[in-house]
Amino acid sequence: MSKAVSALNGATWSDGIATISEVTLQGMITLRGDLSDPAIRSAATGVAAVDMPDQGQAQCTDDRGLCWMSPDELLVLCPYDEVAANIEKMQTALKGIHSLCFNVSDARAVFDLSGPNARDVLAKLVPVDLAPERFTKGMFRRTRMAQVPAAFWLHDTDHFRIICFRSQAQYVYDLLKTASACGSTVSYF
Amino acid sequence: MSTRLATGGRLLNKEKAVRFTFNGQHMRGFEGDTLASALLANDQMLVGRSFKYHRPRGIVAAGAEEPNALVNLGVEGKFEPNQRATTTELFEGLLATSQNHWPSLEFDVGAINAKLSRFMPAGFYYKMFIHPRPLWKHVYEPFIRQAAGLGQAPKGRDADTYEHFHAFCDVLVIGGGIAGLLAARSAAQAGARVLILEQTAHWGGRAPVDGGEVDGKPVDKIVDELVSELADMANVTMRTRTMGAGLYDHGYVLGYERLTDHAPETDGPRHRLWRIRAGHIITATGAIERPLSFAGNDIPGVMLASAVRDYVVNYGVSAGDRTVIVTNNDDAYRTATALKAAGLDVPVILDARVLPVDSPLMAEAKAAGIRVMMGHGVAKVLGGKRVTGVAVCAQAGEGAVLEEIACDAVAMSGGWSPVVHLWSHCGGKLLWDSDFAMFRPDVDKAPTGADGSPFVSCAGAANGHFGLTEIVGDAHAMGHAAARATGHEAIPKPAPDAASTEEAPMAPVWLMPQAAGTALRGKAWLDYQNDVKVSDVQLAAQEGFESVEHAKRYTTLGMATDQGKLSNINGLAILSDALNQPIPQTGTTTFRPPYTPISMGAIAGEARGKVFQPVRQTPMHAWHHENGANWEPVGHWRRPYAYVRSGETVHDAVMRETRNVRENLGLLDASTLGKLVVKGPDAGKFLDLLYTNMMSTLKPGKCRYGLMCSENGFLIDDGVVARIDEDTFLCHTTTGGAERIHQHMEEWLQTEWWDMKVYVANVTEQYAQIAVVGPKARKALEALGGMDVSAEALGFMEWADGTLGGFDVRAYRISFSGELSYEIAVKASEGQAFWDALMTVGDALGVMPYGTEALHILRAEKGFIMIGDETDGTVIPQDLGLHWALSKKKDDYLGKRAQERTHMIDPERWQLVGLETVDGSVLPDGAYAVAAGTNENGQRNMQGRVTSSYHSPNLNRGIAMGLVLHGPDRMGEVIDFPGTDGTTYTAKIVSPVFFDPEGEKQNV
Repeated sequence: MSKAVSALNGATWSDGIATISEVTLQGMITLRGDLSDPAIRSAATGVAAVDMPDQGQAQCTDDRGLCWMSPDELLVLCPYDEVAANIEKMQTALKGIHSLCFNVSDARAVFDLSGPNARDVLAKLVPVDLAPERFTKGMFRRTRMAQVPAAFWLHDTDHFRIICFRSQAQYVYDLLKTASACGSTVSYF
Repeated sequence: MSTRLATGGRLLNKEKAVRFTFNGQHMRGFEGDTLASALLANDQMLVGRSFKYHRPRGIVAAGAEEPNALVNLGVEGKFEPNQRATTTELFEGLLATSQNHWPSLEFDVGAINAKLSRFMPAGFYYKMFIHPRPLWKHVYEPFIRQAAGLGQAPKGRDADTYEHFHAFCDVLVIGGGIAGLLAARSAAQAGARVLILEQTAHWGGRAPVDGGEVDGKPVDKIVDELVSELADMANVTMRTRTMGAGLYDHGYVLGYERLTDHAPETDGPRHRLWRIRAGHIITATGAIERPLSFAGNDIPGVMLASAVRDYVVNYGVSAGDRTVIVTNNDDAYRTATALKAAGLDVPVILDARVLPVDSPLMAEAKAAGIRVMMGHGVAKVLGGKRVTGVAVCAQAGEGAVLEEIACDAVAMSGGWSPVVHLWSHCGGKLLWDSDFAMFRPDVDKAPTGADGSPFVSCAGAANGHFGLTEIVGDAHAMGHAAARATGHEAIPKPAPDAASTEEAPMAPVWLMPQAAGTALRGKAWLDYQNDVKVSDVQLAAQEGFESVEHAKRYTTLGMATDQGKLSNINGLAILSDALNQPIPQTGTTTFRPPYTPISMGAIAGEARGKVFQPVRQTPMHAWHHENGANWEPVGHWRRPYAYVRSGETVHDAVMRETRNVRENLGLLDASTLGKLVVKGPDAGKFLDLLYTNMMSTLKPGKCRYGLMCSENGFLIDDGVVARIDEDTFLCHTTTGGAERIHQHMEEWLQTEWWDMKVYVANVTEQYAQIAVVGPKARKALEALGGMDVSAEALGFMEWADGTLGGFDVRAYRISFSGELSYEIAVKASEGQAFWDALMTVGDALGVMPYGTEALHILRAEKGFIMIGDETDGTVIPQDLGLHWALSKKKDDYLGKRAQERTHMIDPERWQLVGLETVDGSVLPDGAYAVAAGTNENGQRNMQGRVTSSYHSPNLNRGIAMGLVLHGPDRMGEVIDFPGTDGTTYTAKIVSPVFFDPEGEKQNV
C-alpha cells in the first residue's frame, strides 16, 4: 500500500464559474542540461514518449510530457510510480554528459482548472495573454499566479493544467476558488 | 428651485421609480438617474460644506470633475466616503449622507470660519501653528485633524469582494464618446484587437447632448449605430463603467471597472482592476469645462453651463426656473437654447466678449428671444444657501453693479480644457493653445516606448479639437494610425462626414470683472474642494511661491480627491498674472494616476482573508494544527512555535518540550530548511568559493557545517552540506534562505562563473524532513526497523540512504541541539505517514513534538549561532568566534577579501560571548550594554548587545548570547544592560557554550 498522499489529497470544487481539482501524484523530473545536445533531448523524449517541445512549449499527453522550462531545463512528466526507473534510465543514458536529473514529484502540486470560463478565471491571476488565438494548445508558461510562482499549459479545450509548489497548494486552491466565485465572469474571451 | 421636468431625460427609465435617502430624508428618483440628478430633482441644491470655511456648496458639474458633491455612501461594511454624487448611479435603497459639517448640513457651526476668512489666508495653518513648538503635538494637530478631511474613514470590514484581471490588446481606446467609438472602429477595421473603455454607463459622451450631424444623421443615432457595429466585431471588446485610471511605461494601463456599485445586491465582485498591456493607447477622454472666477461662484445653484445642459437633456432636471448664463465662449449658448427648448427661462446671457458680429449660436439664442449682454459679467452672485440672483457689471471694470437680475441658477462657462491627464501620466508634453486658452497635447512629444516611438495618442476633444467635423476626422485617423503602429495594415472604411456649427472665438477670462477689487476676489473661488480663492493664489505669489508646484502646496489649490480638475487652469492663469509671466511659462502641476480615486479594495484585488498572503505549509501542517501548534511565521512558512496542551501556557509548553528533548525524545518538523542540490564536475570548486570552509575535500557519505558570506564578508547563511557522490552535493540552508541562496548560486553561475559545469536545483519541497532528537532517538529508529543507525554504521556528521519502517529515507546524523540526533528525509508525500510512524514507536519512549522556540533554546544552550539572531547583515564569522570554519588553505572564497579590510580586522569589533544574569533572570532580547561616559551626541556609550536570550529549563536560569567589546578577553566580568522597563540587568560574561561543552551527549 502506498503511503504517498498529494498535497490536498485530490480536493475538488465546482461551486463557482469553473471547476478546480487537484491532480494527485503526478511524476515529475527536473532535467537540467544543454537542451541543444541530442543526447539530452533523446534521454528526455525516451522516457516521456513525446516529441521534444520548442521554447515556451509543452508536449503533454495524459500523464506524460515534456515542458520547456528554460534553455537548460526541462520538466519531464511521467506516472508517479515510474519516476525512479526513469531517472535511472536517463542517468544511464547521460553518463559522462554534464546534466542533473532530480525527482521533484513530491515538491509540487498540480491542479486542473476547467470549464467555459477557465480562461477568464486564470487571467485574473496570471499576467499572460490568454486569448484563444494567443494561448493555444502546446504552449507552456512559467509565470506567477497572484503572489506565487506557477506554470501552466492548456491540457485540453477549456482545460488548464497548473503546477505550483506543494507548500503553496492550499493558497493556490483557495485562490482559484476565489477567482471562480459566482457572478465574477468577465466574458473577455 | 431645481426640479424634475415633465419631459426630457434620455437616460431615464421613467417607468421605474427608485427610492433613496439623503441625510435621513426619503427621496425618489428614476432608474438611470445619478445621485446628483436625483438630488436636484428633489430640490436638494445644498449637498455639502466646504473644507475650510464650511460654506454651503451645491452640485457644480455632471461628471467625474465634480468637486463639491462628495457624499458618504452606505453603512458599516458598505460604507464609503468621498463618493461623487455625479458619478454615483442611483439604486433602490441608496443611503447617502453629506460630509464635513457639524451639527447639520443646514446649520454648521464651522461656517464661522467663513466669517473669519479674512484671518485665514493661504498658508494660515503653516503660519499660525508653528509656534510654540510643543503645542503642535498636543493641541494644534488633534484640533486640525478633527477639523480637516472630507469624509470619514470606514470602520467596518468591507463586505464586498474585488478582483484583478489581466487583459492584452493591440489598441486600447480610453473614452467611449464619439471620438473613442470612431477611433475604435477604424482601428478594428484595420485589423487590430481593440479594447474600449468608457467610465460612465453610457456610450457617446457629450455628443448626444451637444448635438450635430454625422453622415446626415443626428449624432445620437450615429452613436447607437457605432455601438452596435462595434459590438458585432469579434476583435473588439467594449466595457462601460470602466475608467482608464492610469497610464504607465510599456503600454501598461490600469482600468477601474465598477461592476456592482449601481446594483449592490448582485453577486460577484464590486470592482475589478484591469491590468492592461496595450500595443498602442488612444485617449479619447474629452474635455472639461472651466468655471469662471466671480464673487459668489460657489453658491449652490452656480453650475457649469454644460452640466446644466446635461441635467436637462439626460435627466430631465432643471437647476432652476430662471437661469442666468455667463460665458466667454459660444458653447454656453447651447445651454441657453436647450433651456429654452425645455420651456425654462433664461433672463440673460452675460457674455464677457465684445464681438463685431453674431455667430450662428448667438443668433439662434437671440432668435429664441433671449437677452444677450455683450461685454458684461457677474459682479457677484446673490444668495446664501442658494442662488437668488446676480449683480451684473461690465467685464472691463471693477464691478460697479449695473443691474440685479433675479434667478435660481447660474450657468457659467470659462472655456474648455482637454482632459490631458492620461497623456501626461507617462510623460506626454503639453502645448499652450492661445486661441482656446488651454493646454493641448504636444503630438511631437508623446510618451514613448522601449523603441522610442510614441505609444499614446489623443483623439477628439482630448486632442484639442472641438468642432464635430474635426473630432470625427481626428478620431478616425488616430484609430487607423494606432492600428498601423501595431502592425495592422488593412485600410478602414473612410471617415464619416460631420457638420460643425461655426463658433466665434472665445476670449480668456480669468477674473470677472477683470479689475475686481479685494472684496470680490476674496469671494471668487478657484478651487471649490479646497476653498482656494483668487486672493489666496495672489497672496502665494506675493509671498514668493512662484513655482506652480510650490503654490499648489502652499494654497492647497488642486489637491484632494478632484486634483484640481476644475481649478487647475484658472489657478495657474491667476498665478501667471500675479507673476506677470505668460501661462506656458508657469506650466501645470504634475498629473498623476489615478484619474479619479479608485477603491483600496480594487488595488488589493483578491488578496484578503484566506488569500491575503500565501502561507506555506509543510506536509505535516494539518497535524501540527490539530495538535495545538502555536504558529510562528518564518518567511512565508508557518512553523509550530510550540505545541500547547490544554491547561498549559505557551511558555509552559516550550519548557516541557525543551526538557523532554534532553531527557527523552523530541520530533521537529525541519521540512522548511532549504535543500539545494549542486551537481557537476565543478561542484566542489563552486562550493569552495561559496562557503568559507572547504567543501571539495568532503567525502561522499559525510556532512560538514558550512558558512556562507556575501562578497562584503558578512554572514548570509549557514547549514549542513552533505556530499552525495563525487559530482553531487546537497546543501542545507536556513528556512528563510532557500530561495535567496538558490538565487545567489544561480547568479554567480550565470553572471561570473558561467564556465563552471554546475547545475543547481532547489529541492526543498521534495522532502519532509524530521529531526529525531534526544537520548532515545536511536531506540526510536531501531523500533521502526530497517537500516543500521548504530554509532558505528552511521557516525556523527554522516548520512546514509536506507529504509526505516518501510519508508525510503535518507538519514543524516547531524545535531543542532547537542543531543543524539538524526534528521530523516522522506518524500514529502509520505511525510505525514512517516511522522505518524515515529509518533507511534515514540509513544513508549516519551516522544513529544517540539517547536521552534525549544529548538532555539536547545541550540542556545550549546552556543550554536542562528542566522538572523546572532547575525544581522553586519556580522562576520570572526565576530562569532567561527575562525575554525574559515579555510586558510583556500586561495579565495566569497567574502575573504572583504574580511581582510581594516574595519573587519579591527579588534574593537564586538565579539560573541555567553551572558549569564547575576540573578538568573532573562535578559531582554536586543538590550544594549552600557559603558562609561557619553558619545558626541550626549548618548551613553555602548559596549555590547544581546543577540539571543532565553530561559533554559535544563539549566533553570536565563541564558543569553551577545556581542561585547573585547568580550572573549573579559570572561567573568559583570556588565549592565538597562531594560526598557526601568530596571537594569547585570550579567556576567561567560563562554557561549552553557551545556555539555565536551559534546558527550551527541557523540553516542
